[in-house]
Amino acid sequence: MTPLLKGDGLALVRGGRLLFESLDLELGHGDALHVTGRNGSGKSSLIRLVAGLLRPTAGRIERAGAALADEGLALDRELPLRQALAFWKGSRLIDAMTAFHLDDLADVPVRLLSTGQAKRARLARAMAADAPLWLLDEPLNGLDRDGAGRLDAAIARHREAGGAVVAASHLPLSGNWLTLELGQ
Amino acid sequence: MTGALIRREVRRGLHGAAWLPVAFFLLVATIVPFAVGPDARLLGQIGGGALWIAALTAALLPVERLVEPDRADGVLDQLALTGTAEEAVGGAKIVGHWLTFGPLLLIAAVPGSFLVGLDGPALVRSLVSLAIGTPALSALAVAVAALTAGLPRAGALAGLLMMPLAVPLIIFGAAATGDGESSALKLEAAVALLTIAGAPFVAGAAIRAARS
Repeated sequence: MTPLLKGDGLALVRGGRLLFESLDLELGHGDALHVTGRNGSGKSSLIRLVAGLLRPTAGRIERAGAALADEGLALDRELPLRQALAFWKGSRLIDAMTAFHLDDLADVPVRLLSTGQAKRARLARAMAADAPLWLLDEPLNGLDRDGAGRLDAAIARHREAGGAVVAASHLPLSGNWLTLELGQ
Repeated sequence: MTGALIRREVRRGLHGAAWLPVAFFLLVATIVPFAVGPDARLLGQIGGGALWIAALTAALLPVERLVEPDRADGVLDQLALTGTAEEAVGGAKIVGHWLTFGPLLLIAAVPGSFLVGLDGPALVRSLVSLAIGTPALSALAVAVAALTAGLPRAGALAGLLMMPLAVPLIIFGAAATGDGESSALKLEAAVALLTIAGAPFVAGAAIRAARS
């Protein structure tokens, strides 16, 4: 089977600083990669590179369809949550809202959501897109214990279904992950 | 995605202050007779130009809310991940912005024309020239908004950038309100077409460039 993500000899320079070079990535169905490293080591930049939002300074990258959950909320503040999420036309929106316990918040305007609720909304937006590759930037930030458990369960189901995950996080993630430490 | 994006732009435009540029337009048009005096013949001569200056300044007002909030909130990134081309985003924003700006401005242009002493055939000419010009003003506003998104003092910068770019449009647009015989209206239409055709590509390239 073709890999969901394949990067060869990736290098990235940001603001005149070399973040990483000669980086090879390959993720197949069911794989998950945990990117760690100090603050400023390029974790978020790697996620944006894989997402296609940054171009590698050197190297080549190919990937399957991806969904991104980073710090950008990308939901209209004045709309009720369900409507704001529906703008993104995710085919698994109902599943995703249930998985992240957002059903009770469906009619609440996005601007009234708490930090943790907004974090779950981001993750639900990514899950709803039904993309084979999930790109999560600091997915645990702002989540309470219940939220973290729901994220673990969603990731496990996604991997069982043949999806892959790249998560950048300075916190440990539960389950079986490949790790990549940046900035050594 | 583009249709949804246009609907979203219209909804957000109306939810925000769609009346603000129009009120500003009328305000500038009201000030003109105070500034140059109530001489009807003089007003009739400069009225077309005054109306266009009012329209241009009104078009500048919403520039800061057109692209920057979506860049800061990650909407533009998410659109890229859905496979929507940045040029399509720019085009949708232009259409959506014009829908909340153009028709309202044209309605306000009727009293605006009377305020600057244009009536009868001159009123019709000013409405036609604004009807052709407002889509180009919207396109310029979106392109300039994309170029300045994320920069400090973007509002002032947008004004500096947009005014010179609007000069050809102003020349032919204002001329078309003054004189029905010349080919100013056709030249205005040509400039407007060029602006509308180019703006989505400028906006798209600017959105991509702002990421790195």
